[in-house]
Amino acid sequence: MSESLVIKGGRVVDATGERVADVLVRDGVIAEVAEGLDGNRVLDGSGCVVAPGLVDLHAHLREPGDEEAETIETGARAAALGGFTAVVAMPNTDPPLDDAAVVGSVLAKGARAVCDVVSSGCITRGRAGAELAPMGELHSLGVRIFTDDGACVTEAGVMRRALEYARSLPGAVIAQHAEDASLAAGGHMHEGEWSSRLGIPGRPAAAESAIVARDLLLAELTGGRLHFLHLSTAAAVDMVREAKARGMRVTAEATPHHFTLTDAACAGFDPAYKVHPPLRSDVDVEAIRAGLADGTIDAIATDHAPHTPEAKERPFEEAPPGMLGLETAAALTLTELVEPGLLTLAEALAVLSWRPAAIAGLDARGHGGPVEPGRPANLCVIDPARAWEVDPGRLASRARNTPYAGRKLTGRVRHTLLRGEPVVLDGEALR
Amino acid sequence: MTAHDAAYPGGTQPSRTSTTPDGGRFVLRTRVFDADDLRRAHTRIAHEIVERNHGATDLVLVGLYTRGPAVARRLASAIESFESVAVALGALDVAFYRDDIGLRPVQPLGPTEVPDVTGRVVVLVDDVLFTGRTARAALDALTELGRPRSVQLAVLVDRGHRQIPIRADFVGKNLPTKETEDVRVRLAEVDGGEDGIEIWGPPATEDA
Amino acid sequence: MMQHLLSIDDLSRADIEQLLELSELFVEVTQRDIPKVPALRGKTVVSLFYEDSTRTRLSFETAAKRLSADTMTFTVGSSSVRKGESLRDTVQTIEAMGVDAVVVRHSAAGAPHRIATWIDAAIVNAGDGAHEHPTQALLDLLTLRRHRGPSFDGLHVAIVGDVRRSRVARSGVKALVAMGARVTLVGPPTLLPEALETWPVEANDDLDAVLPEVDVVYLLRIQRERGAGALFPSLREYTTRYGLTAARATRLRPDALIMHPGPMNRGVEIAAEVADGPASIITQQVANGVAVRMAVLWSLLGSGGPVV
Repeated sequence: MSESLVIKGGRVVDATGERVADVLVRDGVIAEVAEGLDGNRVLDGSGCVVAPGLVDLHAHLREPGDEEAETIETGARAAALGGFTAVVAMPNTDPPLDDAAVVGSVLAKGARAVCDVVSSGCITRGRAGAELAPMGELHSLGVRIFTDDGACVTEAGVMRRALEYARSLPGAVIAQHAEDASLAAGGHMHEGEWSSRLGIPGRPAAAESAIVARDLLLAELTGGRLHFLHLSTAAAVDMVREAKARGMRVTAEATPHHFTLTDAACAGFDPAYKVHPPLRSDVDVEAIRAGLADGTIDAIATDHAPHTPEAKERPFEEAPPGMLGLETAAALTLTELVEPGLLTLAEALAVLSWRPAAIAGLDARGHGGPVEPGRPANLCVIDPARAWEVDPGRLASRARNTPYAGRKLTGRVRHTLLRGEPVVLDGEALR
Repeated sequence: MTAHDAAYPGGTQPSRTSTTPDGGRFVLRTRVFDADDLRRAHTRIAHEIVERNHGATDLVLVGLYTRGPAVARRLASAIESFESVAVALGALDVAFYRDDIGLRPVQPLGPTEVPDVTGRVVVLVDDVLFTGRTARAALDALTELGRPRSVQLAVLVDRGHRQIPIRADFVGKNLPTKETEDVRVRLAEVDGGEDGIEIWGPPATEDA
Repeated sequence: MMQHLLSIDDLSRADIEQLLELSELFVEVTQRDIPKVPALRGKTVVSLFYEDSTRTRLSFETAAKRLSADTMTFTVGSSSVRKGESLRDTVQTIEAMGVDAVVVRHSAAGAPHRIATWIDAAIVNAGDGAHEHPTQALLDLLTLRRHRGPSFDGLHVAIVGDVRRSRVARSGVKALVAMGARVTLVGPPTLLPEALETWPVEANDDLDAVLPEVDVVYLLRIQRERGAGALFPSLREYTTRYGLTAARATRLRPDALIMHPGPMNRGVEIAAEVADGPASIITQQVANGVAVRMAVLWSLLGSGGPVV
């Protein structure tokens, strides 16, 4: 009989419901879920929630090309500390993930990581928005999420072709970074009261909503599978809600920074708050929260975007956009959405775990699924009452660019298991 | 209040009116001069200035803020009354010439308006002579405004404790004081109320 | 006590009034035979100009010298600012040489704010992107004050031109409104700022309608150098619709004043004869720049720092 491990004293929460139970893990799978279990190794889950590992649809692991900021190894570690057992790596690397060789190397590096690293693939070659990338070839390597993230597929004709072509690839999703380049170009923050006051060129909400409106029509035209990355505007949320009400198959994600921070944060010109799409107004933040609460937005995705201190220590207009997110997403969700009663704990876990897993086809690979015997043991154990303060110096990411430095949060990941292996124990990464 | 101020978190500029350095702790110890004493002192100093300089022509009385200009005006009108000559007046702010800039808050006190002094006799006028640093700063300022034939110093009170080798040519009253005390000259046209010179100090219970 | 001057927002109405009064004292100093006071002797003021501007830089350097401070100049294009060296490295090198104040002009909004977090010196914003140019606003206020007295209540000022991308306009609006003046922005919609309803101003795209109503017309330079054609069709069309031509100038009230932050595009936003005409106080603006900058440097470095 091989070594077993039991998570004791916790409360299991998954898509089927909640129950007080211990979880026994053996040989990488869940062996038993019941009260009063024992095993060779005991993980203390008292006071904690035991849930399927979280799944991030959107993280920039920066390898290949910007390893100073993050590597697959360090990004995966940050993910595991954030309770994630799977993360979709974005393709705006250098070289970009638009060919099989690069995707293969990312998958190979990811195989040794403490989180399941899933590769996305570009929609267009070089993310240039013109010719389609070899999506079929990438699909055969397991790629399901296709995106030019960082860039928007602005030409309607190209987006139409991509949606149509992807229909022939089972499980493939065309994920759009919705920001019309000709409207947003030259802008560095949300176009509105604050950009007007600060004299910084803005990126209007219409840059996002114009693309969302158009792509919904194209999805209807083509029958393609469409997903919107990091929605940030009330207008876009309204349009997706209306499309879903009409029975359209479309999914959407939002980041924690888009439901916690507004453009007012840019008042001090600190590039820690610079991101694309930008932090927007109170009305937009409220709409994102409402969209998560009523199911319009299917998933919380971090858009984890590490940058070296040198890159971010520049004037606002010259710094690259992006913020860290993997290690704070779950805590922000618990503190800002669950505690105030906007989402129940189960709803929060849905948008952090099983719904993103379904979008990326990772439910078939053992992520997000119900905590029941026979399933791969990809689990996170979260202490929802644990108070902590975000300290950039103590994050596992190579980079330090979190907008939440000094923020007090409630809720912290205690343990994370990847295919039965504890990769995070008592809040510390084991490797 | 404008909308700008409504949004403004709070102006923190120090008050322009002179405030006593004791934070309101000090109490009155002695009244040294009353209004009549001050009037007599002004008259006597005015006579001494005219006597020393053999007349009032070529004279410029330059008052050092805050009370110097008022004392200078009183001296000028006294001189005019017995010499029938209009005396040139000036006012000088020594803020930019002080030696403690950067060490403590320094505020300019008023506009510098000094007539041409080259070749004339300048009498610097102040209410109290203490460490001598203000007078030294005034000499520096004067050098940049022209080249007087000579410079003299007239004060209402000399309270000792010089830190610079400066002496007054004309003194209303020599007043030995403790360094911790504060000599306060009141002039009706500057401070309101009655003229007077008072010594203030820490309450008796605080004496070492 | 002021630590930096990064924005007009740093100043209350009382602060602005005090700076203007202080500036008047410094005007007197600049008019002396020896226009110099030893107030900032031993202090070092560095100009760090990433954008070309000889006028503003010289104005600041003259102000520093009139206060007896020492000056150093770093301009991009000279060997002092090496291309590729990050702003932070440049600024920390300057600090290592010993500096009390850094006067910064940069094309990116908020650059002075970043610099203020990296070094200990007093930072003066001499223009950051389209954000602010506080000393320009102050010298404009001083010019109006010396011309018509210390009250701005009810003064109606029209600011005409590319307000959207103008740091002079942003500082100017804040300063004028703080002092109780009324501001109307005039320009084609593409040159007016977004979210205009949040600005404490009125707006009008018809210059002719506004001219008879104002006490001051403040003209902004049309940014030729920034591909202005994109925001309006041509310079000729701009001048036709929004230029202060000689004909338009006759629509002004007899005592109305004309101002411009310089340098002027004669014949574009302002006709040459109007710029040189009796209503123009443009040369006075330039003259007052040194006194205002002396007042600012004195307030930052002389009037009361941390007690040693």
